[in-house]
Amino acid sequence: MEAVHGHADDHDHAHDHPSGLTRWLTTTNHKDIGTLYLWFSFAMFITGGLLAMGIRAELFQPGMQLWNPEFFNQLTTMHGLIMVFGAIMPAFVGFANWQIPMMIGASDMAFARMNNFSFWLLPPAAALLVVSFFVPGGATGAGWTLYAPLSVQQGMGMDLAIFAIHIMGASSIMGSINIITTILNMRAPGMTLMKMPLFVWTWLITAYLLIAVMPVLAGAVTMLLTDRHFDTHFFNAAGGGDPVLYQHVFWFFGHPEVYIMILPAFGIVSQVIPAFARKPLFGYSSMVYATASIAILSFIVWAHHMFTTGMPAAGQLFFMYATMLIAVPTGVKVFNWVATMWRGSMTFETPMLFAVGFIFVFTMGGFTGLILSVTPVDIQLQDTYYVVAHFHYVLVAGSLFAIFSGIYFWLPKWTGHMVDERLGKAHFWCSMIFFNLTFFVMHFLGLAGMPRRIPDYSTQFADFNAIASVGAFGFGLSQLIFLAAVIKCIRGGEKAPAKPWEGADSLEWTLPSPAPYHSFETPPVVK
Amino acid sequence: MMKKSLGAALAMLPLWAGAVLAAESKYNLQPPKSVIAQEIYSLHTIIMLICAVIFVGVFSVMFYSVFKHRKSLGYKAAHFHENTVVEVVWTIIPFLILMGMAYPATKTVIAMKDTSNPDLTIKATGYQWKWGYEYIKGDGDLAGVGDGIQLYSNLATPRDQIYDKNVAKSPDYLLEVDTPLVVPVGKKVRILTTANDVIHAWWVPAFGVKQDAIPGFIRDTWFRADTTGTFRGQCAELCGKEHGFMPIVVKVVSVEEFKTWADQNKTKVAAAPAETVVDAAPAAPVQVAAAEPAKAGKVDGKKVYDGLCAACHATGAAGAPKTADKAAWKPRIAQGADTLHQHAIKGIRAMPAKGGNPALSDAEVTAAVDHMVGQSK
Repeated sequence: MEAVHGHADDHDHAHDHPSGLTRWLTTTNHKDIGTLYLWFSFAMFITGGLLAMGIRAELFQPGMQLWNPEFFNQLTTMHGLIMVFGAIMPAFVGFANWQIPMMIGASDMAFARMNNFSFWLLPPAAALLVVSFFVPGGATGAGWTLYAPLSVQQGMGMDLAIFAIHIMGASSIMGSINIITTILNMRAPGMTLMKMPLFVWTWLITAYLLIAVMPVLAGAVTMLLTDRHFDTHFFNAAGGGDPVLYQHVFWFFGHPEVYIMILPAFGIVSQVIPAFARKPLFGYSSMVYATASIAILSFIVWAHHMFTTGMPAAGQLFFMYATMLIAVPTGVKVFNWVATMWRGSMTFETPMLFAVGFIFVFTMGGFTGLILSVTPVDIQLQDTYYVVAHFHYVLVAGSLFAIFSGIYFWLPKWTGHMVDERLGKAHFWCSMIFFNLTFFVMHFLGLAGMPRRIPDYSTQFADFNAIASVGAFGFGLSQLIFLAAVIKCIRGGEKAPAKPWEGADSLEWTLPSPAPYHSFETPPVVK
Repeated sequence: MMKKSLGAALAMLPLWAGAVLAAESKYNLQPPKSVIAQEIYSLHTIIMLICAVIFVGVFSVMFYSVFKHRKSLGYKAAHFHENTVVEVVWTIIPFLILMGMAYPATKTVIAMKDTSNPDLTIKATGYQWKWGYEYIKGDGDLAGVGDGIQLYSNLATPRDQIYDKNVAKSPDYLLEVDTPLVVPVGKKVRILTTANDVIHAWWVPAFGVKQDAIPGFIRDTWFRADTTGTFRGQCAELCGKEHGFMPIVVKVVSVEEFKTWADQNKTKVAAAPAETVVDAAPAAPVQVAAAEPAKAGKVDGKKVYDGLCAACHATGAAGAPKTADKAAWKPRIAQGADTLHQHAIKGIRAMPAKGGNPALSDAEVTAAVDHMVGQSK
């Protein structure tokens, strides 16, 4: 985002600025690092997207067409790993870097050098993942969940994935420490916790979740590593271990992880809706409590991913009840957003379109989640395309649409230019239509009995798979519109005022657009 | 433009809901063929309906607002931002709805977990990549009927249907096996699952049964089939490259037919298993079967032989007696089939146990030996 940089140079005279590659390698500025995170995330989004295209091309028709089954498994596995750890999570950290200091009236993040390090750990991790396709045996094909003992059987691609996860975990933990410290210590005078913008709140809670569970994942994959190479038997019954232990440890990380990927999305949507409804967020404090409740509940529901492993009835019932409970705070959030819109004075620029689209489509994913929480129904639908549909409704229509909404919302602040609304709207409608075309039919496939992660299927599933594949290619191509809109906005366009959205009211809108290199050199006073 | 498509989307909802709820439709769960599957089906229908009602309610409000409360229509924003009563109400009502859902679900969970007093017990073992079945001695209604029968279910779809676009696909493409599991109608069948290598999952949608098969552990589940017929499912846990190619086929027959089938197959258990079970000699002593229930069933000895044994026994490598070398085999055959089987299973001289593949079952090794013996007489 050159525009930011160019503008910043004449403003900032305290440090000298290396230019070119050195600038980006050595930068300790929260905006530069935010930009790096966002571009990295986009690159991974395209990489993971290409893998998804490979999956949908193979599944377009019954019969093995393009790949062999091993490679197909590698595609599904790496699509999952890259999208979760490479695309969605870093995108939210990018937002945190750009926005949190501006929204709380700070000049930068608390630990500037650690911030640089936590970003620059990511490219090597991503390289390990991508390179693993080219090592003997190829990338790991054990599914993104890397269940033992299948993952113990895999080739060296699995080791590369394990190291990539270690590195990305370290990066996430450092990022989280930085975010927590910044939020707790660097708020402008007068900004009490309950006056923070909701995006900051959701990130504060997310950061705690990350610190709690990333070490658990690191533990799980480290046990895998020692089982693979050092003759331990954590997951091997013959040596006194238990394969299901892996699943417990993994999902103790994995379930909070899905909230790590959705809570900041809730935060973004909670900023966008009031801005375009020109009306304050309804139920601010209940939003904060709902976010915290979801985070706490996320630690006691992990085994709902494991209903078919065979656990006692009491276990199944406990995890069913706990999981159903999550519907309550999630419902509160949806009701609050609708109440914020109610009797507002709304306009529908691109950020608002994505936010409203988010509420509509994410809620469908929420409902299928509720249906899946019911143990007997889950047992029928577990590991089918119904689950694939469910988590793409919450991760693509949920997290990704919120990310798009946030990008369109803050791009004027970041670049100093307004986004081309025609491109933005085209991006929204194409994404919305193709998304539903791809994933809605997957519900039917799952109900009818198509398992996930299979490279070929019975002919009865052919028509829905063909529709899903067409939708997927459409969705993939739609993202080029997004790229075009962003590049166009960086390079020029209508000058953005300090506050381009009439109803927006958090602190970043008090800064000029583009925002100066250091946000608030003297902290503003919040009344 | 936007109004139109959103309106159309809303209008589609009841249509879609209707289609989804229609029985026997490709938009819904498979027609249930057991009590549990029926309960799952009804649970799913009820919860879908509740969700559909809430969905329509919430989004009618939202879209009303989207269309009416617009700046372009000159609508002025109100400024309310909290209402304790409303917030408490929309926290408590969903909670009550959830309790309503949890009640029937709890009953079904408890019914699903009750694997006690089965009429028939079958152990299903997941292998990379096929299913093995063993009828276990039990004391239910069908005690003793199928004891010790062992079968292996391999994908029956020919390779060229999968890899060659020009070959027409059979109606049950990828959902057909060489040897289906056979169970009686109306009897409680308990399935014990385990696995030989990685985790698999035994899933037959029509019975509402899905249970992971975990290496080194035994789990169980049950079903009672309502009707006779053939029911198809698949492995539901990623288990490696052929995960998509290890279907499950259950043939449900009348109790009489099941008894006949079991008797025939027990004869085969008693008989020395040969390459084709039909040829089995009926004269073999019964106690062999009792002593070694594992060596049984319809295993394709030739297949095992081609896949493993042929490496040495076709060429005479490492001093192995060549197949069809009658002179080399004559003294060995004279030792008796049982001794030969034991040697092959435990290993002898240069030959490692089970020919070096511990993943083979005793039945498979036995079948391969019998195949070689048949070729070398």
